Amino acid sequence: MVAPPKQPIPGTHLFDGEAAAKGLALNAMCYSFNDAANRAAFLADEEAYCAKYHLTAEQRAAVAARDVIGMIRAGDNIYYLAKLAGIFGLNVQDVGSMQTGASLAAFNEMLAAQGRGETYETAHREMTHG
Amino acid sequence: MAEIVGAYFTSHVPAIGGAIHKGIQQEPYWKPFFDGFPKVHEWLAEVKPTVAVVFNNDHGLNFFLDKMPTFAVGAAHEYQNADEGWGLPLYKPFKGDPGLSWHIIEQLVDDEFDITTCQTMLVDHALSIPFELAWPGVDEWPVKLVPLHINTVQHPLPSAKRALAFGRSVHRALASWGADERIVVIGTGGLSHQLDGERAGFMNSDYDRFCMDHLASDPDALTKHDVHEIVRLAGTQGVEILNWIAARGALGAGAREIHRNYHLPISNTAAATMLLDPA
Repeated sequence: MVAPPKQPIPGTHLFDGEAAAKGLALNAMCYSFNDAANRAAFLADEEAYCAKYHLTAEQRAAVAARDVIGMIRAGDNIYYLAKLAGIFGLNVQDVGSMQTGASLAAFNEMLAAQGRGETYETAHREMTHG
Repeated sequence: MAEIVGAYFTSHVPAIGGAIHKGIQQEPYWKPFFDGFPKVHEWLAEVKPTVAVVFNNDHGLNFFLDKMPTFAVGAAHEYQNADEGWGLPLYKPFKGDPGLSWHIIEQLVDDEFDITTCQTMLVDHALSIPFELAWPGVDEWPVKLVPLHINTVQHPLPSAKRALAFGRSVHRALASWGADERIVVIGTGGLSHQLDGERAGFMNSDYDRFCMDHLASDPDALTKHDVHEIVRLAGTQGVEILNWIAARGALGAGAREIHRNYHLPISNTAAATMLLDPA
């Protein structure tokens, strides 16, 4: 018997079967970026490269807008998304800043605050409300 | 007969590899993490392992989502690193130990684990960084490698209970391995971190300390949370604790903690390093 649905975790998008099925085309494109020639081809003609991988309209729009949460909602997995982010020179703090809507400095300060012993909740509240 | 000399655990954040490559281990940001390693080097020099059995997770280098095994065992003569998408310098290759790999595979299947066997397998930063940290600057690794992969990417993931049982089955194989080898068990990844979603940047030192405090003495305590609860407590990528749990199982019934270093943040991650002796 399959267990009943779990309580959602705030701010968390589990990469489950539904997401994996939805995101297959986008993740396949991102997986191709393990090859430097494919990264160059994407940069040379993003539209054509996305078309080759048959991204859905939702996926294409999220990639065009560099909308990280949009890509995740469209089924992208963060490990694959990180390969796309790398093409633009973005690291996981940049991606964190984009997802939380905080500045990069504020996001880094939120991480550092946890290093000083603050809970995530407190550090996050300070990031959001200053 | 082979001897299990102990277990080594460490985080594997890609940026650690960048810090090693740039030689900035002593800079203030990095020093508290790298300060955990002189003890590791001293311990390895004492216990002198000849084979490493490593529990880790692929990050979209060897496995794509078209075929995603829950548990996979490498059985290759050699393992290579490759470009993970960032064009970084490649890590050194690893010599395999296919005899031991197949012995482990026999035991796992005998214990009713329906694994995937891989005669070719690329290994990513999850495996290379713990080696770079353990044996910095060597021309070639002083140990042969048996890599074991656990799916921590695509849910449903195996439960913590199953990961521990998987490790315990590997232990039975190691305990009955006839070759004259000294085996170090390695678990990589974690601890708490979350890269994706609006909760990106989440860490939880309370849960991390719970895991570290029970790893040696009572690893079954780590199996009381289901995977969903582990995501809640450790973050979406904190589920890499499954690698640690499996490695703890492979060490054997008794264990004694001899070293621990814990520092956050390293990148978005609460980073930890531990050593356990068999007991």
